[in-house]
Amino acid sequence: MSEAGTEILPQSYKTDEHPIWCPGCGDFGVLASLYNSLAGLRIDPKNLVVVSGIGCSGRTPGFVKSYGFHSVHGRVLPVALGVKLANPSLTVIGVGGDGDGFAIGGGHLPHAARRNPDITYIVMDNATYGLTKGQYSPTSPVGFQAGSTPYGNIEQPLNPLAMVIAYGATFVGQGYSGKPKELTDLITQAMEHKGFSFVDVISPCITFYNTYKVIPPRLAEVPKDHDTASRAKAFELALQTDHLRLGLYYRESRPTFEQGVAEVIKKAQASSPPKLESIFAEFS
Amino acid sequence: MVDYVFRVGGEGGEGVISTGEMLTLDLARSGFEIYTFRTYPAEIKGGHANYQIRASGQLLLSQGDAVDVLLAFNQEAYDKHAKDIRPGGVLVYDSDSYIPPPVAAANGGAAAQAAGPSGQRTGGGNIPALVNSTVLYGVPLTSLATEQVGVKLTKNIIALGFVAELCDIPRETFEALLREKFGRKGETVVQKNLQALHIGMDYVKQVARKDSIKLGAGPRKTKELILSGNEALALGAIAAGCRFYAGYPITPATDIMEFLAKELPKIGGFVVQTEDEIAALGAVLGASFTGKKAMTATSGPGFSLMTEMMGLAVAAEIPAVVVDVQRVGPSTGMPTKTEQGDFYLACYGGHGNCPRVVMALTSVEDCFYGIMRAFNLAEQFQMPVVVLSDQYLGHRKATVPVFEIAKVPVVNRRTPTAQELVGYKRYRFTPDSISPMAMPGMEGGGYIAEGLEHDEGGYPAASNHEMHLRSTKKRYAKWAAVEPVANELVRIYGEPHPEIGIIGWGSSEGVIREAVQLAQAKGYSVGALHPKILYPAPLAKLKEFIDGTKAVIVAEVNYTGQFATALRKRFAYDFIQLNKCVGLPFTPKEIVDKIEEVAAHVRSGHRDLAAKL
Repeated sequence: MSEAGTEILPQSYKTDEHPIWCPGCGDFGVLASLYNSLAGLRIDPKNLVVVSGIGCSGRTPGFVKSYGFHSVHGRVLPVALGVKLANPSLTVIGVGGDGDGFAIGGGHLPHAARRNPDITYIVMDNATYGLTKGQYSPTSPVGFQAGSTPYGNIEQPLNPLAMVIAYGATFVGQGYSGKPKELTDLITQAMEHKGFSFVDVISPCITFYNTYKVIPPRLAEVPKDHDTASRAKAFELALQTDHLRLGLYYRESRPTFEQGVAEVIKKAQASSPPKLESIFAEFS
Repeated sequence: MVDYVFRVGGEGGEGVISTGEMLTLDLARSGFEIYTFRTYPAEIKGGHANYQIRASGQLLLSQGDAVDVLLAFNQEAYDKHAKDIRPGGVLVYDSDSYIPPPVAAANGGAAAQAAGPSGQRTGGGNIPALVNSTVLYGVPLTSLATEQVGVKLTKNIIALGFVAELCDIPRETFEALLREKFGRKGETVVQKNLQALHIGMDYVKQVARKDSIKLGAGPRKTKELILSGNEALALGAIAAGCRFYAGYPITPATDIMEFLAKELPKIGGFVVQTEDEIAALGAVLGASFTGKKAMTATSGPGFSLMTEMMGLAVAAEIPAVVVDVQRVGPSTGMPTKTEQGDFYLACYGGHGNCPRVVMALTSVEDCFYGIMRAFNLAEQFQMPVVVLSDQYLGHRKATVPVFEIAKVPVVNRRTPTAQELVGYKRYRFTPDSISPMAMPGMEGGGYIAEGLEHDEGGYPAASNHEMHLRSTKKRYAKWAAVEPVANELVRIYGEPHPEIGIIGWGSSEGVIREAVQLAQAKGYSVGALHPKILYPAPLAKLKEFIDGTKAVIVAEVNYTGQFATALRKRFAYDFIQLNKCVGLPFTPKEIVDKIEEVAAHVRSGHRDLAAKL
């Protein structure tokens, strides 16, 4: 983080590259909130790495003044893990969409959650594949009609929040791109959290699955009396899908993966001098 | 000159491999050069396992051909290996387990009925008759172990004691080895094993000696390392500066990960076992992007999964080392057997124009220096380097001189100067096409490692047609710059301009080299060329070698001749292929046989016949 004192403006994280998103895309709201959080936390761009996969959300690193890694489809979390382990002092943010994170990359999420690296993972969930023109995604509702489901989607959508709570993530929350103030607050909390923080952001696709009219009436806040330390209560809340509740569902303090790595190194070095020659000696 | 081949065979999971490894270590410490070969079942328990050790007073190049001493714990081991015993060689068998058919026949079949637990097959069928001169020693290993030591598994140690005494291998080395191996388990266990060793040694007095195998102490007095290809590779990676490893368990590459998991933390590094091979290479690229030298090791199935990530490493120009310890494919194939079948995948796996360097390791010693060079090339040219090993090389042990790290000076990637960080462009076009690579933490170096086609700044240029051509040329220019290095890393054995040339790659180097020596001794004009970098190929050296030959044999442990096919693309020359595809490496004899066959055709003026073989 930067020196205290001078105020850092959110705009200072903007790059010269103009977002290629459709006007009205929910991702603009997510990006604005991210700028706000970065400014609020005074994150130094040279120590910030934004990792993305493929999809509309995948272009995000290019719009954030930082180091970035635009990887391949679904592989945000493995790349982010490598970055974080190679230099634990960096702030690492992963961004992706629902297809990237829950379909092609779905196999990485449980392992990121249980390992608990200090990475913030923001999913811009629009319940469709925007970049390939609107096919159904793992979070599309039953009946969703599009190019690959001309007769309507017959698959049950998955519940990202319940899933990630079950996977053992230590920070789980939900935001909406149309409520940037609340979203900024949630992303800031996620970044402050020491461990794997997961933020699922409802971020409508204005072109292929415009939910701007149907989402707002369904929104509600996480109840004020919700116990964010209870995994069972968080899971229960996540299963109540009549409303889309925004805010923090679950937070737990658990040693991070990097802390575990540091412990292993300490243990290994206690038993052996850190020299290559001593390793050679084991083979003579 | 001492030069003997020992083979141990028996039921998988019953200590065949550890018996072989103990004998290996003992022979190495007794002053002999060692070359081992092991095959083992794909199952954890059951199935057939065997371990071969060649010990000699001089440098060894192959696992050898015929077996001098076969230690066969059960009937299956006998059935599989008795035919490989050389005339005058020795068979040591557990007479409690089975009676070899020749013995049974000599005893009129009575012994066969008397011996072994019920249900144990006792010969007959299609078992090849033993050469008459084979010396057979039956030792009641199981009953000696259960009745005298009281621990059934000590039959392995009893057998080792018998073989050691029989072959005059120094007693003290073995005793010291047992103390070292079992010391951690307490004095009782040490004593039980020493007792077993002595029972085995003493039993030699009870057999009528008919063989003449004598080793004594070996000639080497200097210290050497005894380790496997995978172990040497892992050590070399550490020496090259690798401090991050991500991988997924897969035979026969897993022991690289296990080795590094133990050793890397000692020097501040770490191993993460990822959820799959895609994640493994993904994490490696993330770590390398951040400035750590990183690698992964896998085998064919895992390498197949990494294909897309290889393309990302090429496009984003990220140094990475990917080791493929090849096994038999396609699909799950034969997980514990060897093959050189991944050449195509290593060179061409991936969509688009996707240049990467492909190297092949040639010996246990080369595993150390080769992987160091791989890291250097990856760092220098900012691209993925695929390193091909295989089960045969990865899992065989050899005695090698203590490694000298300074032999291969460590190379690090070019990073931007303070001046270059002003208006920094990650993918700047430079005269040598290598762009300074910034790392997170560097002020002014922020950029996007980009898998989309991009401009010099790293910004997507997915619709810029000219930029795609320019960037593709940049990436291929780096690749082409490796060719001079490939030309330097070529080994020639035998005649440099022979009548009959042999080209091989990877783990068959020693076997081919030995075959060349044997063929030269028979008067043939032969020479072998063995490249260490396969892609880009060392074209200048290949041309020089091929020019003037009357025939060139390309020897590969695969079905179609993948490297030969690549050579035909570059040379209008009718290469003669020698392929083996049974999950086993070449033996020197197989190469010599081919040389003789081709030579006969060449001399009779029918080279075309040889080419069609």
